[in-house]
Amino acid sequence: MGRKLRVDPIACAGHGVCAELLPELISLDEWGYPILADGPVPQRLERLARRAVTDCPALALRLVREKPAPGRTG
Amino acid sequence: MTSPAALAHPRFSLTEPLPVPAPGAGPAQLPRLLPRHGAVPVRLTDHLRAYGPVPYRGRSGHLIREAAAAGLTGRGGAAFPVHRKLAAVAGAPEPVVIGNGAEGEPASNKDKSLLWISPHLVLDGLQLAAEAVGSLTIGLYVHRNPRLLRHLQVALAERVDARADRAPVELIEAPSRFLAGEASSLASVVTGGAALPRLKDPRLSERGVAGRPTLVQNVETLAHLALIARYGAGWFRAVGTSAEPGSMLTTLYQASGRADVTEAALGTPLADLLSLAGAGAVLVGGYHGAWLATPEAAGLRLSNATLRPAGAFVGAGVLAALPAGRCGLAETARVVRYLALESAGQCGPCFNGLPRMAAALSVLALPEGPRAARRGMGGRWPDRAAARADLERWTGLVEGRGACHHPDGTARLVRSALRVFAAEAGLHCRGQCTGTEARPFLPLPPEPAIDAADWS
Repeated sequence: MGRKLRVDPIACAGHGVCAELLPELISLDEWGYPILADGPVPQRLERLARRAVTDCPALALRLVREKPAPGRTG
Repeated sequence: MTSPAALAHPRFSLTEPLPVPAPGAGPAQLPRLLPRHGAVPVRLTDHLRAYGPVPYRGRSGHLIREAAAAGLTGRGGAAFPVHRKLAAVAGAPEPVVIGNGAEGEPASNKDKSLLWISPHLVLDGLQLAAEAVGSLTIGLYVHRNPRLLRHLQVALAERVDARADRAPVELIEAPSRFLAGEASSLASVVTGGAALPRLKDPRLSERGVAGRPTLVQNVETLAHLALIARYGAGWFRAVGTSAEPGSMLTTLYQASGRADVTEAALGTPLADLLSLAGAGAVLVGGYHGAWLATPEAAGLRLSNATLRPAGAFVGAGVLAALPAGRCGLAETARVVRYLALESAGQCGPCFNGLPRMAAALSVLALPEGPRAARRGMGGRWPDRAAARADLERWTGLVEGRGACHHPDGTARLVRSALRVFAAEAGLHCRGQCTGTEARPFLPLPPEPAIDAADWS
């Protein structure tokens, strides 16, 4: 099963390290917060994606197993 | 022990024969939730005379199946199927059930009205929902209002006296913030924290209040559940559409300035609820909702099936007919400024995007002209084309990037305003404005002092 990048927007402080490490999948918006590419992380980028996850200073980036979107709780 | 409250509301006699609710025997006409006659607020004695005792099932699964058959959806705004939320928590260890009456939306009055007028329907529903999921920990989360709180304390005391409740209900005050009623904010407040949303991973049904599986249902939803438990799914479906059955409470703002809470069947034409003759535009779904042009609204109904294609949704039932003499851009700019101030300030795209969107809207809301110049523009006009382009970009940029739906709802409102008030924006470029009345129309709470921001 493929893996997806997910950012915790509360934890993210816009350091921008992830976009430096993985520009193929992550860009920054005009305020410095990451915009993640849709879809699974291609296999050739998985090592870099894991690096981006471990190097995030806010520990806001995660690699998650692709699954159906969680239901609404509100 | 005799308290003054008990003297004022005599103890209900359990020997008095009560009506036995039978499937289908519920009120045939609307309103269902608010009494058609008799004294308001409805006391427990009158409530039990009208509806009979709380129809406890004695076990958990039954009411969930009934809610599924009824097609009841959440009336707090998200319209999520109630039976799925019940099922997600049923059988979990030590679940918590909270009735959500925070109603942070300043334009919505229906939950406060329901809690004031028919508190026992809500409290019945709360007990029944708790029984359905096997919970003994029950809370009712309500707007911070001393009168309403006292009122509910009296109602709960009446129920204790009459032994109507299976488990005690704790009243919890919601901070007066827009996001206080967001389910994860609620869970945080009930746990003792601040009214801040969190990422819904894990879900509240897995880990909510104090880390326990938690069911949060809007108070109106609970009142409907209390009636479904008595009269059945078939009765519930007698009004509404087959896809969106039942009725809902709406808060209506007429162009004449009249505002009231009315129960309406899902699928009711908007033109039957609002007098559209004097309306310049219609706001549907509250401040996370969307503007519609009046002729467009005239052809639509109170149902997500007809509203969604128009970019709107029923939400918590706030409908407003903007009087023709008011400027829709000025109204939207005020509301978006309020929404920006109500950002929890946790997620970058929200706390950056919303204040910028509010500022750009205030540029579009100001008609160009010498008067504006005198008001401190320094002789230089703000670039309207740039403000518009920024707004279009930012609405896309904030969407889906918050822990909660605040940026999404705000973007929806802004996008609809750009579409519906495009002609008005053109007028403003030429120094004109359709607004003849500067007094604000849409209700907003008084702005709190910046150092008094109260999230807890």
